[in-house]
Amino acid sequence: MVDVSRHDVVIVGGGGAGLRAAIAASELDPELSIALVSKVYPMRSHTVSAEGGAAAIARDDDSLEMHGYDTVKGSDFLGDQDVIQYFVEQAPKELTRLEHWGCPWSRNEDGSVSTRAFGGMSTKRTWFATDKVGFHMLHTLFQTSMKFGNIDRYDEHFVTKLLVDGDVCRGVAALDIRTGEVKAILGKAVILTTGGGGKVWPFTTNGNIKTGDGMSLAYREGVALKDMEFVQYHPTGLPGTGILITEATRGEGGYLLNNEGERFLITRDYGVGTKAELGPRDMISRAITQEIAAGRGVEIPGKLGRYAHLDLRHLGEEKIMARLPFVRELSKAYANVDPVHEPIPIRPVLHYMMGGVDTDIDAKTSIDGLYAAGETACVSLNGANRLGSNSLTECLVFGARAGEHATGYIKGASVGEEGPFVQQAEAEAARVDALRGRQRGGEKVSKVREDMNTAMEEGTGVYREQASMAKAVSEIAAIRQRFEQVSLDDSSKVFNTELIAALELANMLDVAEAVTCAAVLRKESRGAHACSDFETRNDTEYLHHSLVFHSPDGPRSEKKDVTLGIWEPEERKY
Amino acid sequence: MSQKLKKTFIVTRFDPDKDEVPKTQTYEIEVEPDWKILDALNHIKDTVDPTLSHRWSCRMAVCGSCGMTVNGEPKLTCKDPMSDYGDTIEVAPLANFPVVRDLVVELEGFMERFQEVKPWIMVAKERAVEEGTTQQSPDELADFKQFSMCINCMLCYAACPVVSNEPDFIGPAALALGHRYNQDSRDEGAHVRNEIFRGEGGVFSCSFANECSEVCPKSVNPSGAIQQAKLGNVIDWATSFVVKRGGDVS
Ligand SMILES: Cc1cc2nc3c(=O)[nH]c(=O)nc-3n(C[C@H](O)[C@H](O)[C@H](O)COP(=O)(O)OP(=O)(O)OC[C@H]3O[C@@H](n4cnc5c(N)ncnc54)[C@H](O)[C@@H]3O)c2cc1C
Ligand code: SF4
Ligand code: FES
Repeated sequence: MVDVSRHDVVIVGGGGAGLRAAIAASELDPELSIALVSKVYPMRSHTVSAEGGAAAIARDDDSLEMHGYDTVKGSDFLGDQDVIQYFVEQAPKELTRLEHWGCPWSRNEDGSVSTRAFGGMSTKRTWFATDKVGFHMLHTLFQTSMKFGNIDRYDEHFVTKLLVDGDVCRGVAALDIRTGEVKAILGKAVILTTGGGGKVWPFTTNGNIKTGDGMSLAYREGVALKDMEFVQYHPTGLPGTGILITEATRGEGGYLLNNEGERFLITRDYGVGTKAELGPRDMISRAITQEIAAGRGVEIPGKLGRYAHLDLRHLGEEKIMARLPFVRELSKAYANVDPVHEPIPIRPVLHYMMGGVDTDIDAKTSIDGLYAAGETACVSLNGANRLGSNSLTECLVFGARAGEHATGYIKGASVGEEGPFVQQAEAEAARVDALRGRQRGGEKVSKVREDMNTAMEEGTGVYREQASMAKAVSEIAAIRQRFEQVSLDDSSKVFNTELIAALELANMLDVAEAVTCAAVLRKESRGAHACSDFETRNDTEYLHHSLVFHSPDGPRSEKKDVTLGIWEPEERKY
Repeated sequence: MSQKLKKTFIVTRFDPDKDEVPKTQTYEIEVEPDWKILDALNHIKDTVDPTLSHRWSCRMAVCGSCGMTVNGEPKLTCKDPMSDYGDTIEVAPLANFPVVRDLVVELEGFMERFQEVKPWIMVAKERAVEEGTTQQSPDELADFKQFSMCINCMLCYAACPVVSNEPDFIGPAALALGHRYNQDSRDEGAHVRNEIFRGEGGVFSCSFANECSEVCPKSVNPSGAIQQAKLGNVIDWATSFVVKRGGDVS
């Protein structure tokens, strides 16, 4: 028999979006019982790694209209305009709330909150706490969440299944990593805030835990994954590790140089105009890729591949220490380079997923009682390309919205019969028990994962071709079959990280399937999806979202309208 | 590519399902010279022994998951360069914590301590969002910024001689965090936290060994925070006889 616990709202994920959702629900109704389930202690969530900042208008020279326009243009007109409008309106309120809760935002001399420039943003609207913004936001949210007595945490619990019966979601099955037991955590509403899935690719800024679990959980229950072909390559990752060097380096005035020491974003036409280093990420990653392909990349002893240089030397030590101390720490520790004295070698690195669980503007999915927010969701704020610093704010705005709407929903929802849900959790416990230490065809988790990584890098890189994407589709299908032959060596119930890795690999294979399936169908170039065989945007045929549905016979796709109405789609040129 | 190096890793293993006491296991592996200790452990897990259990995520020294004992010292393994060590490297779980399995330690005790210091802004009256952001000068920010940099990696608990002797000691990181809020110009809860600081296991349990600040990978200086808090508490305690301190805060 599985252990059963009962709550009102069950939140899966303790990152920026999950914690914000928990606080919103708790503030609305202190009587609610809220479960916060996370596979790592909340302060380990990958929000912690965000460096550069969070966007919201703050200055007299800025307006909601400008933030909205920058965002829709950045999205290559695939963002839903009602969502963008709501987002820019809520953004300043959310960052102010965080200020009241103690976030140590960097300050101007007069005591007001300081803002910095960011890619694709037409003025300084990115709030920052030096260059550890995600860290400070996450710790502020986590510490603040502790003052609410009605948030019950399930730390180091890995959710393996949503409990769904007849199109209603009423909880989750979660593996207690410490004991190896699967529990049923029931609630009248469930909010997925499990973050992105960068570990599907080999060279990424994402941490080990970013395996797209929530996307897979929803996908398996029949919810569509939306706009999965759009994955963001950040222009500046460190060699070898892929550790991020924030865009704030360029916001503060850093240059990108090729091996001839030339600022190629200025000397050549890459579509970013006078924005130069502050162009949007998709364009700058393509520019670096082209510079390297043209033989103007920088070589580094002992490292494969070619790089560009990110030069901060002219900013001077004082500014680097005041604004970018973490960048200096990371460059020294992980690239053996002190940016005060040398340029930092970098290259484009997989960073962020624009796509995710399809939700409406209220963070609701197609299943009753199931909500999603943050990077795991696709509420359609980011369209085909996210602007840097919009996503931390997105976690707050739509995390809060999910918390509020879930709370509203449960007022009218009856618990109903819990029997079918508990039975599902029992079956899930049996499935997980069977997976632990199972002996099959001898495939290894690490090897299957590596092959998936390679297939995804080759098929869904900065530039894509029909042939390479089609190849990735069939490779991923074959690798999914190989997963069935994975054998596991660890049969212990206690903190079995091999079992976790296997569960995560299965989730990543779902994400990989949806990404490749959506990518091959989009025969145009839009935002981060740059097709070498279809080089331009095609609004006549492709101004729509893509949906991918799971089915036993392979993925099925559909189209979904983009919400327009405020800004007319136009050529995206800076 | 760079020349690989041969290393011997002696890793502490413990599986409560099977073992009465911890044992060690030796792995001979080849490493890249620029690897960190964590890279070697991941290499062992992926290619030699998938049963090895350790925590990690960000591999960029910010999530705080990967603290372990390396050659007897508490280290953040994702930032700890292989080049600092010789041919043989011993990796064990952090000291002063119960072991869950292999290199994974029990954090529940710390999580309770953490909550105990009330690490959130306490004010008599909540500010409304419409009032906008609070003014805080760069100097006021500097009063607490350093103490807000803790990644909860637990190295300071592993290094602290008081933690190992006094089970009630709130400990360096949690005390530094409480002090962080006391120092924040937006907070009005210092008198509440100071009461906790003066109590059992509070700041006066600290013997000022300073080990915590020496091992801290983020220069938080918990020992400095505790000394400041001690001073603040002597004053707070003295003035409490003269004026009634603070109002109701939550
Ligand atoms: C290096 C880096 C720098 C960035 N910098 C910026 C920036 O400057 N500005 C900006 O706007 N954005 C930035 N981003 C993007 C932004 O940080 C993320 O999109 C955002 O933090 C995601 O937050 P989240 O709450 O959705 O997910 P996460 O913070 O990833 O949290 C996910 C949570 O879900 C839990 N979870 C996952 N799966 C399960 C499961 N199966 N069971 C139980 N729990 C589970 C995890 O434990 C975790 O608590 C950056 C991203 C990276 C990688
Ligand atoms: S104070 Fe330093 S050593 Fe202690 S937990 Fe925080 S970061 Fe780690
Ligand atoms: S893995 Fe995150 S701090 Fe080391």
